[in-house]
Amino acid sequence: MTRLLQALVAGLGNGSVYALLALGFVIIYKSTSVVNFAQPALMVAGATAVIYLGQAGLPFPAAVAGAMALAALLGLTVERTALRPMIGKPVFVIAIITIGVDIVIRVVVNRLLGTNLRAIANPWGLESFDVGGVFVQQRYLAMIVTLAVVVTLLFAFFRYSRIGLALRATALDQETALTQGISVGVTFALSWAIAGALAALAGTFVGTGQSIDQQTWIIALKALPAIIIGGLDSVGGAVIGGLVVGVIEALVGTYQPTYAPWLGNNFQLVSPYVVLLLVLLVRPYGLFGTPEVERV
Amino acid sequence: MLAIENLEVVYNDVILVLRGVSLSVPEGKIVALLGANGAGKTTLLRAISGLLDIHDGEVTKGTVTLDGQQLQRLSAPRIVERGITQVLEGRRVFAEFSVEENLRVGAHRNGRNLGAGLERVYDLFPILADRRKRTAGYLSGGEQQMLAMGRGLMSDPAYLLLDEPSLGLAPRLVRQIRDLIVAINGQGTTVLLVEQNATMALGIAEHGYVMETGKVVMDAPAATLRADTDVQEFYLGLRGEEGRSFRDVKHYKRRKRWLS
Repeated sequence: MTRLLQALVAGLGNGSVYALLALGFVIIYKSTSVVNFAQPALMVAGATAVIYLGQAGLPFPAAVAGAMALAALLGLTVERTALRPMIGKPVFVIAIITIGVDIVIRVVVNRLLGTNLRAIANPWGLESFDVGGVFVQQRYLAMIVTLAVVVTLLFAFFRYSRIGLALRATALDQETALTQGISVGVTFALSWAIAGALAALAGTFVGTGQSIDQQTWIIALKALPAIIIGGLDSVGGAVIGGLVVGVIEALVGTYQPTYAPWLGNNFQLVSPYVVLLLVLLVRPYGLFGTPEVERV
Repeated sequence: MLAIENLEVVYNDVILVLRGVSLSVPEGKIVALLGANGAGKTTLLRAISGLLDIHDGEVTKGTVTLDGQQLQRLSAPRIVERGITQVLEGRRVFAEFSVEENLRVGAHRNGRNLGAGLERVYDLFPILADRRKRTAGYLSGGEQQMLAMGRGLMSDPAYLLLDEPSLGLAPRLVRQIRDLIVAINGQGTTVLLVEQNATMALGIAEHGYVMETGKVVMDAPAATLRADTDVQEFYLGLRGEEGRSFRDVKHYKRRKRWLS
C-alpha cells in the first residue's frame, strides 16, 4: 500500500511536469493548428536560464520568473521570425519549421550547458514529508500545486479575459476574429509566449530531481503521448493526459520488475506509448479532443 | 462618408475581380449593393474591411476613403477601430461560444463600453437576451443572423457592412431582419447592405448600386431602381408580359444594354 501511494505521488508529480509541457503544445495548437516540435528546446532553454540566473545570485523564485520571461520572449521571437511569414501556408510545412527551430535552439543551449551535468539550485532538493509512513517528496507536492495554480489561471484567462476570449475566437475562425478587430498576429505571438513560459516552468521542475544535461530534452517528448491521449485541442485533456502518463510510468516502474520481469528493464519508459496506441485504437482524436467533422 | 473610387482588386496576382468600382455611402443612410453571384460584392466588402490579405487579394488601383482618409493599406483590426465593422456572409457565429461570449468578442476593441453595448444589442434583439447563456451553434438560423449582427454592433461602428443578412432565411425572418436593419440605421449607424434579395434591400435603402462582373452597372436612388424594368426583371423577379412559352425562354437573350 505504501509502495502504491508513493508511486502515485511520484507519478502525479512527474505527470504535472508533462502536463505543463502538454499545455504548451495544446495552447499553440488551439490558436494556430500547428504542432510545435520546438517545445522540448524551449523547455531546456528555460531550465538553462534558471541555472544561469541562479548562478548570477538571484533567489530561486526570481530565477524561475526570469527564466519564464526569457522563454516567453524566445517563443515570441520564434513566432515573429520563423512562423509569422508562414501564416496561411500548409500547417505541415510550419510543423517542419518548428523541428528546425528546435534544433537551432538546442544547439545554442547545448553550447551554454557544456558537457557537464548541471544542477538547478532549488529549495526542495530530495527532502520529503512523512505522511503516515508514506514518504512524499516536497518537490512532487510543489509540482502538483504549481500545475493546479497554472491550470486555474489558464482556465480563468481563457474563460473570462478579453484576450483569452480573443485567442479562442481566433482558433475557431480567423476571418471572423479579424472582423471583430482581433489582431490575429498578436494572438499567435501571445500563445507562443505562454507556451514558452510554461515550458520554462516544466524545465525547472525537471531539473529539481535530476541534473540538466544535453539529453534532458528527451523528457519533453513524454508530452506527446500526453497530448495524444488527452486530445490535441483540449486544455483539460492535456492535464489529464500528462497526469495519466506520469502515473502509468510510476506504476509500471514500481510493479513491472516484480510482476512481469520478462518485459525487460526500463519498461516504464515505453509504457506511455503502449497506452497511447490503445487510446488511438479506440478514440483516434484523444479522450477529450474534438472529432474532426469533415464533408467529403 | 465612406467612398470607394475606381477600385481594382486582383486575387492571386492574376484574377481581376473588381474592375474600377466607384461607390459612396453617405453618413446616416442605408445603401444597397445588388448583384448576382460572382459579381464582386463580397470582394468589395473585403477591400473596405481589410480582409483581402488573407484571401491573397490585393488592391491594385483606386482608393477606399473614410471622410477623406485612405483605408486601403490598413489591417482589419485598424479598420474596426476606425468605426467600420463587417458582418460576414453566412452568419459565422463562434459555434462553441455562448451568445454572450460571442458578443464579448465583438466588443474586443470596445471593452470599456461592454455593458452599454450588451444593453443596446439585447434591446434590439430581445431573443438574444433570453438565450444569452445558450451555445451559439444551437441557435436557429435567424437567431444566429441576429447574433452576428449584434456582435458586429458591439464595436459601436459608425458604418456596418452587412453581407447577405437574409441568406437562407424564411420570408418572415427576412422581414424581421429588414426591420432590424431599419432600426439599427435609426440609431445612427450607416449601413451598406449587400443583398441578392433585391426586393428587401431596395425596400429600405435610399440609394442602390447594381454590380455585374466586377463593375458597377447601375447607380441610382432606390426608387428609380425599383421602377427600372431591367432591375424589375433580373432582380425583383417581375415580368411585364404573362404566359411566356418555353420556346421564348429558351431563345430569350438578356438585354445587357448597360454593358454595351
